[in-house]
Amino acid sequence: MKYWLVIFGMAAATFPIRASFLVFGNRLDFPPLVRRALHYVPAAVLSALIVPMALMPKGSLALAPDNPYLVGTLVAGVVAFATRKTLLAIVASFVVYGMMRLI
Amino acid sequence: MKTPASHFLAGLRDTLPMMVGAAPFGLIFGALAVSAGVSAAATIGMSALVFAGSSQFVAVSLLAAGAAWPVICLTTLVVNLRHALYSATLQPYAKDWPLAWRWVLSFWLTDETFAVVEHRFRYHGLEGARWYQLGSSLSMYGNWLLWTVFGVVLGSNLPGLSDWGLDFAMLATFAAIVAPQLRQRPVLAAAMTAGATALLLQGMPYKLDLMAAAFTGICAGLLLERLQNTQTAGEAA
Repeated sequence: MKYWLVIFGMAAATFPIRASFLVFGNRLDFPPLVRRALHYVPAAVLSALIVPMALMPKGSLALAPDNPYLVGTLVAGVVAFATRKTLLAIVASFVVYGMMRLI
Repeated sequence: MKTPASHFLAGLRDTLPMMVGAAPFGLIFGALAVSAGVSAAATIGMSALVFAGSSQFVAVSLLAAGAAWPVICLTTLVVNLRHALYSATLQPYAKDWPLAWRWVLSFWLTDETFAVVEHRFRYHGLEGARWYQLGSSLSMYGNWLLWTVFGVVLGSNLPGLSDWGLDFAMLATFAAIVAPQLRQRPVLAAAMTAGATALLLQGMPYKLDLMAAAFTGICAGLLLERLQNTQTAGEAA
């Protein structure tokens, strides 16, 4: 069945990546530059995902304040920055996003 | 004294916001996969065996477009390459854990669990670390499976779900994770550079734009860090 072929292939492409350093990395030692670089990975990857989705939700640039994705993302960011409470930030941004979608 | 169970529960508790953020995705994934013609068993099987949300979404859209399975597997590899960096980041913390633990916890290493455990290990130490990570991992896994099943049920009964704009949930979650880190100038530089690059390069094949944007962002962060260090050294002298 072709779906299961795809699923096992995807699993074979994912699990070894996750296990790479955790399982086999004991013999590896990172140069200091790589260690410092890893510090920036989450912010860089997540921002690369966020910015196009927030600014171009329909495939073209939407910088106006009537773009619920942009406004909602900014609300989440500002609340999380100010309070460090992730759940509060998500709920607040959902409320704003939902209201903008309904109006 | 703290027990393994209390560390496990702490991991679960700290992962709760991520579970809330992931829930709509599990729901949408399940519903979309079913409406794209994937069987219910295969949809749940993908969540159980692959357990990597964004690549699962890409796979469903590729399946719907009739892509061949080697293309889907290669795309999965590229989209999930970032997990090697997570694996490498956690390696120094985990190097003394038994091998079986490192294998098992690797299987469940997602963006969300990485974000939660890395923060805990960095700022609050390694006491009960693997039980904490197990708590975070199993709660994300159970949550993802549960919402996938709900999505499958929903998708089988309600067509047209993809128009609800629930994709905003991913944005809100990611923004809430990143924002507090932006207090550090080099991290801010990394985030802004990565975001701008991603916007400029959007639409590259195989999501290579994501890789390129992450790479330039990391370089920007390192560069600013070096400039700051030079400045501090200059003031001290």
